Amino acid sequence: MNRRELLKGAALAVSGLTFGSSLLTDVFAVELADAPPPKKSYEEALKEITGGKTVADSDKVKLIAPEIAENGAVVPVTVEVELPIEQVKAIHILADKNHNARTMSVELTPANGKAYISTRIRLAESMNVVAIAQLADGSFIKAQKPVKVTIGRMWIINN
Amino acid sequence: MPKTAMVKIEPKDYKKDDLIKVNTVIMHPMDTGLVKDKESGKYIAAYHITDVEVYYGNERITTMKLSGSVSANPFISFYVKATKTAPLKIVWKDNKGDVTEKVIDINVG
Repeated sequence: MNRRELLKGAALAVSGLTFGSSLLTDVFAVELADAPPPKKSYEEALKEITGGKTVADSDKVKLIAPEIAENGAVVPVTVEVELPIEQVKAIHILADKNHNARTMSVELTPANGKAYISTRIRLAESMNVVAIAQLADGSFIKAQKPVKVTIGRMWIINN
Repeated sequence: MPKTAMVKIEPKDYKKDDLIKVNTVIMHPMDTGLVKDKESGKYIAAYHITDVEVYYGNERITTMKLSGSVSANPFISFYVKATKTAPLKIVWKDNKGDVTEKVIDINVG
């Protein structure tokens, strides 16, 4: 194969790629809406979870999140509650300045063996990540950590 | 249409009553509903996983509620105590009614 043929091949491959991607967008056509989903503030989310009960800070809740997140679209968050699993009913993860502050709620049972959850969340800007543990006796404990986001709303503009 | 999902456990060698870490990931765009479509100026409708359920045998052991603030292609890991030989089933549901299921076997001999 000489150089000319190689270049021709490459050009064809590129055009094929662009054709392929236009096909893909057709298959996964997105639905459009006139308005964004309703907002849920941190206070509203907190009330929804606790029903107005006070939430005490506790070092029993271990919240692992990066201090500085380069990309707000993917922020790894791990929550572990250092109590026997029988005493922990649920773990809630909140992000206090997100459009919907209530990010994730996990109901656990003793079959889990360990009160632990790990995931990746989105943060629109620098904010506090809050982990709330709902205990079997009806009380709530929490831990929170500020996370600095260097590229935040990128995922809102260009997902 | 079910989505592509993966479930992996660690450690691979476990005995009865050991804690097993279950790592799960599902391919899903997780559209928040806040992103504007450039051409029409409208919002791209919210499209995300809302529920993840974990069944161990016949028992539902974990129930999760997710919002659009969870990253695209959500990765979730949690623990299960290997108390019996039974299938571990993970079910993902999204707000358009799609259900994806993945089953692995827990074998304690």
